Order: sequence, then C-alpha cells, then structure tokens
Amino acid sequence: MMKDSKFKLCLQLFTAFFKIGLFTFGGGMAMIPFIQRETVEKHGWIEEKDILEILAISESTPGPIAINTATFIGYQKAGALGSAAATFGVVLPSFIIISIISLFLKQFMELKAVEYAFMGIRAGVIALVVKALIKLYKGCPKNIISYVIIALAFVAAVLGVNVIIIIICAGLIGLASILIGRKAGEKR
Amino acid sequence: MIFLELFYTFFKIGLFTFGGGYAMIPLIQSEVLSRGWSTSEELINFIAVAESTPGPFAINIATYVGAEQGNELYGVLGRPLGSACATLGVVMPSFIIILIVARFYLKFKNNKYIAGAMSGLRPAAIALIMSAVVSMASSVFFPAGVSLGVFASYEFITSAVIFAIMLTLMLTVKKLHPILLVGLSAALGVAAGYAERLFI
Repeated sequence: MMKDSKFKLCLQLFTAFFKIGLFTFGGGMAMIPFIQRETVEKHGWIEEKDILEILAISESTPGPIAINTATFIGYQKAGALGSAAATFGVVLPSFIIISIISLFLKQFMELKAVEYAFMGIRAGVIALVVKALIKLYKGCPKNIISYVIIALAFVAAVLGVNVIIIIICAGLIGLASILIGRKAGEKR
Repeated sequence: MIFLELFYTFFKIGLFTFGGGYAMIPLIQSEVLSRGWSTSEELINFIAVAESTPGPFAINIATYVGAEQGNELYGVLGRPLGSACATLGVVMPSFIIILIVARFYLKFKNNKYIAGAMSGLRPAAIALIMSAVVSMASSVFFPAGVSLGVFASYEFITSAVIFAIMLTLMLTVKKLHPILLVGLSAALGVAAGYAERLFI
C-alpha cells in the first residue's frame, strides 16, 4: 500500500515536470509560472513562498535551474526516487523534440530563406542575451567588490583565461570578502 | 571514445555553470568550440533554435551536440546514444548536488561561507555573459573581421538594424515571449535577404 502510493506520487511528479518542460521556452525564470501552477495550485506539493527559496537554491548551485528545481521538489515529496522521476520528466520533452529537430536542421539550413531568417535571428538572439544580462545585473549586489569582480572577470574572460578558473577565483574573492568583513567586525 | 567525451564535457559544463541558461554560453563556447564540435556561427544559430523550442537551454544544446557527434562517427544509431550521453552528463552534477543540498537544506541556507562565495559568483557570472556577448557580437556583426568598409556593408547594416529593433522592443514592451522575438527577427532577416536580391 505504502509502496503503491509512493509510486503514484512519482508518476505525478513525472507528469507535472514533463508538462513544465514541454511548455517552457528559453528555460530558467520563464518556468516560474508553470512551476507555480503545477506544484502549488494543482498538487499542493509546496507553498507559494517556498518557490522563491527553491529558486534561490537553484540559482546558487551549479546546473540548469529547471533540473535543480525538479530534483529539489522531487526529493522533498518522494525522496531520491521522486527526484529522479521529476528530473527525468523535465528533461524528456526537450530531449525528444531536439532529437527530431537535429535530424533535419542541417538540410533545413541550406534553404536560402532559412539562411536569411537565421541572419535575422542571430542578431535578435544577441539582443535577447543583452536583455537577460540587464535583468541579471539588476539582481546583482551593487557594491565595490561586485564591480571589481565584474571588471576583473570580464578582462580575464576576454583575454581567454579558462572560465572555470575565473569562477573559482570569483568564489574565493567573495568568500575572502566575507571573512575579512567579519574580522573587521570583531575588532570593532 | 566520443560518448565518454560527450558525457565528460557536458558533465563539466553542468558542474561549473551557475544560474543556468545564458550563463552556460561562455563555457559551452570554450568547451564545444575548442573540440571542433561546432563553429561559432552554428552555435549562435543553435541558441536561436534552443530559444524557440521548449525546455531548458542546457538540455537542448546537450541533446543537439550529442546527436551531431554521435551521427558523425556512428551514423543514425549514434544519434540517440550521443544525445543521451551528453544530456545525462549535463544533468548529473545538478542532480547529485541538489540531492545533497536538499538533505541539508536549512544548514546550507544559513551558511555564511556559502553566502560569501555566492556574492563573488554572481558578479562573475555577469562578467562572463558580457564577454560572451562581445564574442557573439563580433561573429555576427564582423564575420570577416573589422575594417572600415564593413560598416557600410549590407550585412552589417541589416544585422545592426535588426539588433536595435529587437533590443528596443524588449526594453519597451514587457512580457514579450522569446519565441515571438525569434520569429520577428527571422521575418526581418528574410525580408532583408530578399530585398537585397531584388533591389541591390
């Protein structure tokens, strides 16, 4: 009986996150309304206020936000098995759709009209990324350390320093700033 | 072994990307381009494809690159296997880390050291996306390098105009769906392409 209901819950998690994966274009923050609808309103798995915390965790841990959120909610509701069900659900729609698209993309690209379309799209995509950048910048703490990290990391990235090294150094600078701030606080 | 390499490469991309989505572009650029799995232009085309199809960006790009590489070496049968390896790779780090985090939820939330490291990672992510924009822009606007003549070329002017229109639209009209913007850029591109053929 117990086992049966857990299996059912996993199936529900899978279906809910399959829908979330299917209807979200662009990923990330575009998922929030869908996550709310499925997990809060429809199934009552989590409360409204929990979503922000889950998103904060998803954003401060590595990996795509969609995967992080699915794994987290799945675990809270039905343990490791629930995580697997939710994550598999959110991944599957993209996987199927892109597998099909990838079969035709190259031939498709050889059409003249498509070539022109993508000339336009490439310019449009840069605008999309610039917009996302502006949004991210608004959410970033505005202090001298942030600006220094932005400047240093940007120069390093343009000069071709390995991205992983940049990320690790930035994390260490952030950590050091907290530790030094704390020591200064103790002295006072 | 290409399948292991796909898994390992996308595992690395999944492990070192914070914030998801566009934050992955710099690492994907450096990992995927350096292995010759894609050209810069192909990658930007695919960002548009990923943007106009459902699902997380990371999964879309892993599935696509995996299919292409699997196909190159093993034909049609290699496709699903390549996709599966790359996708599993990009999902695995998040999955493992979140499983651990979910167990220690409250401790993690209130940890000062983690908050400190995060305060450094957020600005770094912004800088990395900025540098990705610079390299994307240079390959879109100046595919053949910068020279005085480029600024008067039809391609440059079209791209710049489309970019300006899209950015203005996005900044002035709220809640525009990305797929709408991709569609509109495509329409403008087609119009500009045929206009060049007909009139110039």
